[in-house]
Amino acid sequence: MIKITETPFNPWNSLEKFQNNLNSIKGKFGACNSFIGFMRDFNDNTEVKAMSLEHYPGMTEKQLEAIVDEAAKQWEILEYLIIHRVGELAPNEPIVLVAIWSSHRGDAFDACRYIMEALKSKAPFWKKETLLNDKQRWVNQNTDGYKNFRNS
Amino acid sequence: MSIKVRYFASLRESIGKESDEIETQDIHTVCQVWSTANPSIPLPINVLAAINMEYVSLQAPVKDGDVVAFFPPVTGG
Repeated sequence: MIKITETPFNPWNSLEKFQNNLNSIKGKFGACNSFIGFMRDFNDNTEVKAMSLEHYPGMTEKQLEAIVDEAAKQWEILEYLIIHRVGELAPNEPIVLVAIWSSHRGDAFDACRYIMEALKSKAPFWKKETLLNDKQRWVNQNTDGYKNFRNS
Repeated sequence: MSIKVRYFASLRESIGKESDEIETQDIHTVCQVWSTANPSIPLPINVLAAINMEYVSLQAPVKDGDVVAFFPPVTGG
């Protein structure tokens, strides 16, 4: 399931509620891997006090579905949950949840990582930060989540 | 030919509008949609484009009724 919401959400409650309703695959999954992204109170060495998240309604959901479809060609995905905030956010609030249910941990780990990284580069969301002095700035681009692995 | 054009995020703010409606027979590509809608503004570096909510190249062909979107690199997650 893909959900884009302006309402703050509790990712752990969302996970529990979603899994409790997975009747069709109960007993079939041996792994659930999840990623939760939060809003920091700093970015680029500057303190940030608020964030506004814009998206392209319709295209965002379409791209996320395409990303999941692509992942499902490579790994077993029995079920998935993606929740992404839009609108006004404060530091420490969850921005995104990606959770994958699979028979085995390898598929769950790898599909979750793939979907999260693809979301960061393909799903049409845009962040605008409000700094402590009330100036606003758009985030220019996302960092490459695999960069640290490549450099190690 | 009628094309609806949409702009998002920092690009929308920098050009001061969120959409355009173009009526012309002289447009063949996404790039030409931009130059027709924004004749005095060069196409921004790193701009991304979509037709009907699917990513396309700037040279992709457009047809009557398409919704063409322009936006900066995405920064979600």
